[in-house]
Amino acid sequence: MKDFSRGVDTVTAAELKKIQLERLKILLKDVNDKIPFYTRSFEEKKINVDKFSSIADLQHLPFTTKSVLRDNYPFSLFAVPLSDVLELHASSGTTGKLTVVGYTRKDIALWSEVMARSLACAGVVRGDVIQNAYGYGLFTGGLGVHYGALELGATVIPVSAGGTKRQLMLMEDFKSTVLTCTPSYALFMAEEAKDTGVDVSRMKLKVGIFGAEPWTEGMREQIEKEWNMLALDIYGLSEIIGPGVAMECAGKNGLHIWADHFLPEVINPATGEAVDEGEEGELVITTLTKEALPLVRYRTGDIVSLNTERCENCGRTMPRISKIKGRIDDMLIIRGVNVFPSQIETVLMNIPEVAPHYQIIVTREKHLDKMEVLVEVVEEIFSDEVRKLEELEKKVVSEIESTLGISVSVKLVEPRSIERSIGKAKRVVDQRQ
Amino acid sequence: MAIMQLSVFLENRLGRLNDVLSVLGRNGINIRALSLADKASYGILRLIVSDSAAGTAVLKEEDVSVNSTAVVAAEVDDEPGGLQKIVGILLENGLNIEYMYAFVEKSGDKAVVVLRVEDTDKAEKVLKQKNVKLLGEREVASI
Repeated sequence: MKDFSRGVDTVTAAELKKIQLERLKILLKDVNDKIPFYTRSFEEKKINVDKFSSIADLQHLPFTTKSVLRDNYPFSLFAVPLSDVLELHASSGTTGKLTVVGYTRKDIALWSEVMARSLACAGVVRGDVIQNAYGYGLFTGGLGVHYGALELGATVIPVSAGGTKRQLMLMEDFKSTVLTCTPSYALFMAEEAKDTGVDVSRMKLKVGIFGAEPWTEGMREQIEKEWNMLALDIYGLSEIIGPGVAMECAGKNGLHIWADHFLPEVINPATGEAVDEGEEGELVITTLTKEALPLVRYRTGDIVSLNTERCENCGRTMPRISKIKGRIDDMLIIRGVNVFPSQIETVLMNIPEVAPHYQIIVTREKHLDKMEVLVEVVEEIFSDEVRKLEELEKKVVSEIESTLGISVSVKLVEPRSIERSIGKAKRVVDQRQ
Repeated sequence: MAIMQLSVFLENRLGRLNDVLSVLGRNGINIRALSLADKASYGILRLIVSDSAAGTAVLKEEDVSVNSTAVVAAEVDDEPGGLQKIVGILLENGLNIEYMYAFVEKSGDKAVVVLRVEDTDKAEKVLKQKNVKLLGEREVASI
């Protein structure tokens, strides 16, 4: 079994920079030669890829946005002929047009490697049984984790998403030790287990690797409590490779990004300029070693901060991104104030009585934005006394208002009246315009 | 001696009360008394039913937010000042009433008042000392 806990994961900052620069130089020549979009955009900006001499030069290169991928639908951005592409994945966008990604044999090997490093980072070893409840299919979650498990030499159950009763049965009978799925599905399964009288204390789970949607520390605590396991965050996006771009270790203090393959930058989304280390901004990634779909300065739309210090928990030197604070495109602008759904979730999680099921409804009345938060009245918070429910409403309102600085109304709703998700949670309903 | 009252969270939506009552009806749970506390967007339906444990179970199965609360059911003398006597006893003992509602016994002409107080045990004790007749689960079930 390969040891993924050492080697490149612990190189010095100088060594990492050297690897990155070497790879970056090759990448830029490659995309300039092979991808018409980059040939054109480098020409427009008068960028001579042969003169590229330091990572700092990266800031002069143009960004690649998601719309570039859509405009080049389906294969025009590929750097290799389709015959070299072994696997295609696609994700649906809000505009309806798909974002298509392709993998050569070398790309699949890369994906396997970074995903294996991610699993190892979470403490997964050979002998572990991974219940992979990410969807298998066009979505990269299922197969990405699968490849990593094979590379690492762990046992993988390709159960895919859904079929909660069967998930619980397999978990018990196959003695799964690792659960991989979206965090909201982990909570959903815990709820199902309770309802159907399945005793989760008999499960052997030691760690859950959760991603594909932003989640908060409150949700982590909830999952760890319900399942009695460690809950760690994984980050990835299909444009870059899929899951396995960055992974938390048990220190739970940021996600190690595999920067020898994925070069991170954090920028101010409005100006495009780099922000200082530790400051929040949009994560931008350059893929250093991909063949089929290399991307230069790809704007992920995810809000993070960066930390390049050596990890005090695991000793890895790979830089860490914070948990995703929100998405540029999820960001709600309510009466001119930027609001991330995750901020509201954090507030709700800090009120012990409130369950994690909530929904934000944004409407516009007489040109004024109104935000309403629906909170489910679960048994634990329901009281026969109106006074206590009113106090709870007031508490939620005042805590959200003091965090966001805008007014909000809270509506208590019946349990299970907010739509549950197997995939990604629908936390926001924007009814404006 | 205390009896269990079911409290149900109801969103203010057309048909919600009907849904909850249908569940109880279908399952042979009879309602003895009820009161409804209403707010703009939701209400709390409080019910005394023939079988509180079964009532709670069937409602939970339908994902209704329900909990049971111990309340005191006391007989009120059918004469002026009858209810005041009970309230007065509670006041003398510093027991605050959160809410109350009343119903009439089918058999006779006695009224019964359902009281929600913070300390149910103490309320029962002081009412009994003053010879107020309290109803238990069995008596309520057979009304």
